[in-house]
Amino acid sequence: MAGFRGAQGNLRLENVTKEFTDFLAVDDLSLEVPRGSFFALLGPSGCGKTTTLRMVAGLEQPTTGRVFIGDTDLTGSRPYERPVNTVFQSYALFPHLTIRENVAFGPKRRKQKDALKLADEALELVQMTQFAGRKPAQLSGGQQQRVACARALVNHPEVLLLDEPLGALDLKLRREMQVELKRIQTEVGLTFVHVTHDQEEAMTMADTVAVMNQGRIEQMGPPEVLYDLPKTKFVANFVGQSNMGEGKITGTDGDFLVAEVYGSTVRIRKDRTTVQSGNLVFGVRPEKVKVSRNKPEGIGNDVRGIVKDVSFIGVATSYLLEMPSGTTWSVYEQNLDLDRIDLKPGDEAWMIWDAGHAFGVEIEGEQS
Amino acid sequence: MSTVQSTPPTQSTSSAGYKPSFLKRSQLWLASHFSIFAAVAVLLYLFLPVAYVFVFSFNDHGKTNIVWRSFTWKHWQDPCRVPGACDSLVVSLEVAIIATVVSCIIGTLMALALVRYQFRGKDASNMLIFVPMATPEIVMGASLLTIFVQGFANIGLDLGFWTIVIAHIMFCISFVVVTVRARILSLDPKIEEAAQDLYAGPLGTFWRVTFPLILPGVLGAAMLAFSLSFDDFIITNFVSGNESTFPKFVYVSAKRGIPAEANVIGFSMFVIAVLLVVGSQGISAWRKSKTA
Amino acid sequence: MSALAAHTPTPAPAGGDEFHTRRNGKMAFLLMLPGLLWLGLFFVLPLYQLFEVSLQSRYPGYPGYYYRDLNFHNYAQALTDYAPHFARSFGYAGLATFFAFVLAYPLAYAMAFKAGKWRGLMMICVIAPFFTSFILRTFAWSQILADEGFVVRFLNFFHLLPSEHIINTPVAVIAGLTYNFLPFMVLPIYASLERADARVIEAGGDLYANGFTTFRTVTLPMSMPGVLAGTLLTFIPAAGDFVNMELLGPQRGKMVGNVINDQFLTVPGGYPIAAALSFTLMAAILILVFLYVRRFGTEELV
Repeated sequence: MAGFRGAQGNLRLENVTKEFTDFLAVDDLSLEVPRGSFFALLGPSGCGKTTTLRMVAGLEQPTTGRVFIGDTDLTGSRPYERPVNTVFQSYALFPHLTIRENVAFGPKRRKQKDALKLADEALELVQMTQFAGRKPAQLSGGQQQRVACARALVNHPEVLLLDEPLGALDLKLRREMQVELKRIQTEVGLTFVHVTHDQEEAMTMADTVAVMNQGRIEQMGPPEVLYDLPKTKFVANFVGQSNMGEGKITGTDGDFLVAEVYGSTVRIRKDRTTVQSGNLVFGVRPEKVKVSRNKPEGIGNDVRGIVKDVSFIGVATSYLLEMPSGTTWSVYEQNLDLDRIDLKPGDEAWMIWDAGHAFGVEIEGEQS
Repeated sequence: MSTVQSTPPTQSTSSAGYKPSFLKRSQLWLASHFSIFAAVAVLLYLFLPVAYVFVFSFNDHGKTNIVWRSFTWKHWQDPCRVPGACDSLVVSLEVAIIATVVSCIIGTLMALALVRYQFRGKDASNMLIFVPMATPEIVMGASLLTIFVQGFANIGLDLGFWTIVIAHIMFCISFVVVTVRARILSLDPKIEEAAQDLYAGPLGTFWRVTFPLILPGVLGAAMLAFSLSFDDFIITNFVSGNESTFPKFVYVSAKRGIPAEANVIGFSMFVIAVLLVVGSQGISAWRKSKTA
Repeated sequence: MSALAAHTPTPAPAGGDEFHTRRNGKMAFLLMLPGLLWLGLFFVLPLYQLFEVSLQSRYPGYPGYYYRDLNFHNYAQALTDYAPHFARSFGYAGLATFFAFVLAYPLAYAMAFKAGKWRGLMMICVIAPFFTSFILRTFAWSQILADEGFVVRFLNFFHLLPSEHIINTPVAVIAGLTYNFLPFMVLPIYASLERADARVIEAGGDLYANGFTTFRTVTLPMSMPGVLAGTLLTFIPAAGDFVNMELLGPQRGKMVGNVINDQFLTVPGGYPIAAALSFTLMAAILILVFLYVRRFGTEELV
């Protein structure tokens, strides 16, 4: 028993599957989170991310597969036997206990002698010392959130799980807490596993982001890589925005593949596509695209469209253009030029980009 | 009724000095206060018999205590003077205390299972808990009497104190389950998960988190069970044999005339109960104001 | 009583992939066991026994002795001999339920929307009379409604009473039933009104302007679960009651409860008929309840 609690090292999930009576929540999932890193599980609601988290916490048991911390197999052990603590989405503070008693709850259960002193230290870490004597109901959402963090952190868990901890906060507070959580993580140096459906939150906070969809990890990597080079159509859409169109690969040109999209010829670097022949989904990020009134000189990497909407946002101007196929592309252009291009809805315009920014992914349904 | 009709804004701005007629205003005032008057009237109606019980506890009555004759303190000085009055009160209190404790334990366990677990036969169990509340007391009393007389008497369980206790526990269970279940349903199950996550085992989780949180519901259920048991007459009348509870004592003596001592006891119970309720509410309010 | 008042439904926690109910059948069984045993042994089994008794036949010539039988004639006899008693039970209980509703609604409404800081005190006032033995209170009504009491004298002064009496008439019985079960009507209605959002009712006021229309189209439908629970909690005990009839009612023209009580406790050899009466009463009430439940769902009631 004590063995579980003493586990140290990377968090590792091996072929974990969780089936509920009526559906498959997590489907053969394997991943490794390096010790001391900030890891985010990103995905839409119902994608299995919370179930994954609960299996790490021990609140659910996997149907098949194993959960490790370091070399210790935690599969089958109870939540209270694991060196893992959770910050719940609803905070789940004990309403009948004061803030200090809430934080001291874990240390007391582990029979630590200076439980109250540890609690005070943890409250200091989250700057909640002056509220120690209050009951949870007397605190605001943001304050409760900090207490929930302190209550988990005070135990110095090997892995700290955060289940959409900022979901209930308003936008401003959420941004503040993101910075705060990141600071705390750097300060205590623990492994944080953060579950969220907010891609911006995942990208600003995490060292590594895993994008989950329908019980599987679609792609995993540092936020910038995920954004720059999505490997699936789902990731391209879920992490940031993408302009996409279906096309057909027609040939090669040195390091590039040549494809036909919306009647235009486009190029994709061979190492930026998961498809090397046949049909593919071509994509390029909105801020990588420029608009122009005239067809630019050169070798393609442009598409013609009709301007549907122009909105000036200050730092940038955003355009919506309708493609020949009927889909809408968006362009996000920084206002760097002195003379702005004067486009109005209904105008015809060309979109141009650097071939190096384009990416290609498989058409969904054609995946094996 | 709830909202007094607000005059349309256009009207009030165009004529700043507009005032509805006296008749109209009094009509509105009546409409918005009607429920308050009705409520006070109904509350007075609820208390009228209690007032009678109180007043007639001072009546120096003859054979029957129906008509007011003259004032006396004597019934208050020794309410136990009447044979059976205080004995039956003691029996009632004993029965109520045992029935409350046992039905609260049994009912709370059931409520926990019904909210926190998924199991086969849950619907049937819910039904079994609901039906006793929808069964007239007289039917429960009659059926218990037949089983006690024709069945359990053969194994040495004769009508008396313990058959009353058994019956009272039975009809209290459903009410306890319903009350406690409402409380458990209002709790976030994640709070228990948090306790487990923070190294509390199953027992630790129950005693340090679950139980303190459902305690108000259990106390409410206990109050309910106690008053149901203490005041029960119909079922008790069937299963009590020669044992007498306070309501049975009152009912039996009603045929000859209820002695004023019964009024003294009944009214005292009322005062004690109200003081307890007001006191506990006062304490919790005081505690809240202290921590705030 | 607070059972229904305390019932506050909680919205299901948000989030698609969260499961809170545990699937540990053994633990659930252990928790349920004592209660199921108790209810099985002292509710279901006695009812079965009662059912058996209701089909027993008497030994001719030995009053108080029966033998096991399938004598459905008991039911026929019970229904034909005591049909008027059933009619009175359901009629009086129905009227009492109606009057209790009329009295309870304004009180519950005032508690929910008008009472403000007095709410707690009003709640105590509704429950407090319970703490005086209900037989004492019912007996007090026999004093209040007695010929010498102020009610009868007042009404007689204006010649408003046809028979110049209230006590020992069905009117007194209905009055007693109404009074005894009034809190059972108030508390569930209050609970459902309190749960209803006062702002919705105000919005209704804005839309309809007329106070009565608001009440009819917005307030009343929102409190319907409470009204239904209250109706059942009043009607069921009232239909089975015999104490009010005994203390306040006439010598002749009793209710089913009185018959069952007398047949069981005073008439030798009355068991089978009394059991048949009990079963018929219970069946009639359960049918009514299930019609309600089928229309409006159990969760609000249980």
